[in-house]
Amino acid sequence: MKILVSVKRVIDYNVKVRVKPDNTAVDLTNVKMSMNPFCEIAVEEAVRLKEKGLASEVVVVSVGAKSCQETLRTALALGADRAIQVDAEDGLDSLSVAKLLAKVAQNEAADLIILGKQSIDSDNNQTGQMVAALLDYPQATFASEVVIESGEAQVTREIDGGLQTLLVTLPAVVTTDLRLNEPRFASLPNIMKAKRKPLDVTTPAELGVDVGSNVTVLSVAAPAERSGGVKVASVAELVDKLKNEAKVVS
Amino acid sequence: MSVLILAEHDNKSLKPATLNTVTAALDIHSDVHVLVVGADCQAVADAACNIAGVSKVLVADNAVYEHQLAENVSKLIVEVAGEYSHILAPATTTGKNTLPRVAALLDVAQLSDVIKVEAPDTFVRPIYAGNAIATVKSNDAVKVITVRTTGFDAASSEGGNAVSEPLAHVIESNKSRFVKEQVAQSDRPELTSASVIVSGGRGMGSGENFALLDGVADKLGAAIGASRAAVDAGFVPNDLQVGQTGKTVAPDLYIAIGISGAIQHLAGMKDAKVIVAINKDEEAPIFNVADYGLVADLFDAVPELETSL
Repeated sequence: MKILVSVKRVIDYNVKVRVKPDNTAVDLTNVKMSMNPFCEIAVEEAVRLKEKGLASEVVVVSVGAKSCQETLRTALALGADRAIQVDAEDGLDSLSVAKLLAKVAQNEAADLIILGKQSIDSDNNQTGQMVAALLDYPQATFASEVVIESGEAQVTREIDGGLQTLLVTLPAVVTTDLRLNEPRFASLPNIMKAKRKPLDVTTPAELGVDVGSNVTVLSVAAPAERSGGVKVASVAELVDKLKNEAKVVS
Repeated sequence: MSVLILAEHDNKSLKPATLNTVTAALDIHSDVHVLVVGADCQAVADAACNIAGVSKVLVADNAVYEHQLAENVSKLIVEVAGEYSHILAPATTTGKNTLPRVAALLDVAQLSDVIKVEAPDTFVRPIYAGNAIATVKSNDAVKVITVRTTGFDAASSEGGNAVSEPLAHVIESNKSRFVKEQVAQSDRPELTSASVIVSGGRGMGSGENFALLDGVADKLGAAIGASRAAVDAGFVPNDLQVGQTGKTVAPDLYIAIGISGAIQHLAGMKDAKVIVAINKDEEAPIFNVADYGLVADLFDAVPELETSL
């Protein structure tokens, strides 16, 4: 079984996001960038499947400008075997990325495609589902457990109000939720080793995919600030305020 | 131009998220249709016909749709999509699972988690976990949109008189099979639609201590929530999690107990009308967003709160 994992380079999740003064975008200059946390979980899951002897090869792919090679090297240090950069401008929309990933998945004849359920920048939660639709593959999104058995994946999914378990026939798409696993840290020897692992570069043109979007961002603004209110001295004062000032308790 | 909404339901009852989505749809256009896909779901279809502002309800009622798997439901939506300028679903796990498939099959973009309709082609949506708000314009022929329900009031569930139309075409899903579902049973209101929420954090100390919140929640008719820290510590199941990676809520009253107020938690609850924080650490960031803050040991304050309500 061959696994394809996609990874995205995003603003580090610990960084406080600031909007540019001209309200065109979020300011990414001199900001720490990292692998999207859900993508890290995807890489970890693929590597664990390989360590269990269930996968023969783990290929990681990222769509973006040259800097995303850093993210691919991180994935290689975590245990992926080989990397592919689809050299394109950063910030392509989900459908374009899905078309590129679908083409790579076909070229690689991947049996399982694992993606993060969403990236923490655009928060779209679309790409995995779109890849599955384009390839007419089944999907198991928001996975908290993946069991591979005789050409099928049994996946437990986090849904509103609880958990749902699906059995999908491979090839299939799985997207990761937070509790699927806890990603390992890359060790120094593995970081060194990752530098020598193969990293191929391709382009949307080579893949025969037209990228573009009919969606334009008109503005990006900071959210309305919520200001702190008052401190109350006692439970009695709190209840009094809730009843008589905020009037949310009768 | 008409708007189609994928109804959120469990085959027995229509979920309130559908009502908020109807309001979003009516902000786009006055001709709003609802699609009910399920099995033995006539009661849901009837409820959809009663929603104020809905003119037509399409019903695909067949055993193959029992668990609303994305594979065949998305194909069904694409079959009826031709008539519509907009296809909407609430941004629930079902909507998020299904609609991107629809968008890809239609070769259009999807706009996720829309919180405001500026114009029929222009929408507002949070990005970076709500730390930035984007206004986006779509020139796609069909706009596929998931709606963050807390951004819109609920349409009235009564007063409508929509015509119902069965969809006979059955699409199998043979590559994906339902195995089982574990849904937490509770007498309390659903977290995402509750008007009052009492949430506990790491400060609760243990899962057993969450029982302390029951008394307050009972008196207020509240749902119980939790921070990610409390979920990760194993105190409560993850379906209680409020935050960037959990549920986004906007109740009238949100009481945060033993919650420090990490950015990722605030992203999920800062749209509450009134926020109360009870925490013994007076430096906790939750106090920066709370309308009423009480610096106190929760193990003293919560029982006292219960008796004074």
